[in-house]
Amino acid sequence: MNLFNVDKDYQNPTMEGYYGDFGGAYIPEMLYGNVETLKTQYLQIMQDPSFQSEFQALLKDYVGRPTPLFLAERLSKEIGATIYLKREDLCHTGAHKINNTIGQIILAQRLGKKKIIAETGAGQHGVATATVCALKGMECVVYMGEKDIERQAPNVARMKMLGAKVVSAKSGSKTLKDATNEAIRAWINEPNETHYIIGSVVGPHPYPDMVARFQSVISEEIKIQLKEKTGKEFPTHVVACVGGGSNAAGAFYHFLNEPSVNLVAVEAAGHGVNSGLSAATTQLGTPGILHGSKSIVMQTNDGQVVEPHSISAGLDYPGIGPLHAFLYESKRGTFLSATDEEALESAFHLSKIEGIIPALETAHAFSVLPKMNLKASDIVVVCLSGRGDKDLATYMEHL
Amino acid sequence: MSKLELVFKEKSKRILNVYCTAGYPSLDSTMKVMESLQKNGADIIELGMPYSDPLADGEVIQESSIKALAGGMNIAVLFEQIKDMRKSISIPVILMGYMNPILQYGFDAFCRKAKEVGVDGLILPDLPLYEFEQFYGKIIAENNLDFIFLVTPETPEQRVKKLDSLSTGFLYAVSSSATTGKDKDFNVVAQYLQKLQAMQLKNPILVGFGIKDKASFDAATVHTQGAIIGSAYIQVLSKGGDIETSTSQFLKSVLGA
Repeated sequence: MNLFNVDKDYQNPTMEGYYGDFGGAYIPEMLYGNVETLKTQYLQIMQDPSFQSEFQALLKDYVGRPTPLFLAERLSKEIGATIYLKREDLCHTGAHKINNTIGQIILAQRLGKKKIIAETGAGQHGVATATVCALKGMECVVYMGEKDIERQAPNVARMKMLGAKVVSAKSGSKTLKDATNEAIRAWINEPNETHYIIGSVVGPHPYPDMVARFQSVISEEIKIQLKEKTGKEFPTHVVACVGGGSNAAGAFYHFLNEPSVNLVAVEAAGHGVNSGLSAATTQLGTPGILHGSKSIVMQTNDGQVVEPHSISAGLDYPGIGPLHAFLYESKRGTFLSATDEEALESAFHLSKIEGIIPALETAHAFSVLPKMNLKASDIVVVCLSGRGDKDLATYMEHL
Repeated sequence: MSKLELVFKEKSKRILNVYCTAGYPSLDSTMKVMESLQKNGADIIELGMPYSDPLADGEVIQESSIKALAGGMNIAVLFEQIKDMRKSISIPVILMGYMNPILQYGFDAFCRKAKEVGVDGLILPDLPLYEFEQFYGKIIAENNLDFIFLVTPETPEQRVKKLDSLSTGFLYAVSSSATTGKDKDFNVVAQYLQKLQAMQLKNPILVGFGIKDKASFDAATVHTQGAIIGSAYIQVLSKGGDIETSTSQFLKSVLGA
């Protein structure tokens, strides 16, 4: 079945939110009103000049954009290609997540919402949401898996300090998947006053497209900065890690319809793709529905969603955004993976040769560089999506 | 005339639809629960197919689903368990579930098999209207299964009419926008149900979410043909004990018989 082909326009899903066969809004009627309001208004609100001026001003003065595009000389020499790092780790709160939360909080205000809910895995999106709620004086509740609350204690403390209430998701596997379920249920229970800020390019339409658009500032800047630094219009490769896929969607966005740019998405292989403890969704998953959209999902033959594994809580997700499922299926994107061990090695290596401690999620993206058979003429941009402070406890175990 | 239509023709008031989770309280209890429900006054059985990520369900039904899945329940097992149900069950049986497990089973195969074992209709809360109209509705109709849409107090009137026109059997009125198993303010609900009643819809209306005892059942059925009980019955089953005895006691207390 291919009722919903968008004719390979990767930037614009159909009216109903389909990228090829993937996307849509598989939601119970209780969420229809909220999602329909978003669907009919998000583009209009986002394109409004007053929205744009507020959004751009906050990105500049509060988030600290544009983030630098840094030529990693020692890494380039080692790999044998020109490697640029897009420094999303230098954003306020330490990761790209805030690009989206700034956009959505302004949107929520314009929709007249009083309260914000969010899910979080590693806590980066939770912190980014708590931050913008503090900035705008809005009530904030963050759902986080019981297991993640334990392994990401510093981010839990940050959220609380920022005034957010952190609710432990105790259902199912007690990680990101279940935190997302709990957040959706909470939204069902109080739909009128509340806006749900989803942290990745997942969920029912229009979330995947909306979040991709808010994150697209990453590739918008890459284009300009690369031209300034190299005179070239396009890099040969853009590399990013993928859990749900928001930093990858942002880093790929303005190159999606430019076939000369290789888009490389790196999934978390955990203990190894075939170890039974992995989160490499495209390798292990099949088409299915999770959290309101049709995508590629890790599941049993009976259609029960299975528990993934990754050392990084942010990639520990059994699905992938519908845009990425379409990039994978159409072969527009190249999907590689890195194990827990490889990611740890890359984190230590990058710290030593470039003086940058990356987040565990981000470290996965660096692990594939030596395997890509890059040429001297290649210009590679790696999205350095977050910094590693939150992962120090894990890093210290391996020092 | 479908079995569901017959129920509403023969009895226009106080129709009781009871939800139970397949494979709960134990894997092999599905038929026993259904037989007890029929024997003790349920007019319709809504049989839930457990799913790992049930977005519309509250904690009680989630817990029952987790237990049922852990016990080995899945769609294939369920069809095997209920393949001869029409030997003992004469009231309508509706399957309720989420899209993902059904897609993995195969939507066509699922509808064919459901019809074959004697299922009367489907409630699939995360099958959106758009998808139903584009694709799935045709398959459901080809297999002569009723399909029941949900409406909520926030559903705009035009959309209620549309969902009513596409539903067969009955229309499922969610008493307020909430997951299952939450208490509701019945004055607010009554106003909403009165409004629905005034719309003179094609289908009879059953109210669900928040119905747990005689008081809430009575209140819900003033303006509608009947109500659906889910979490409250699952809670009764969760206490253990003899299924027949506890079902009988619970339904007596609800119906005031």
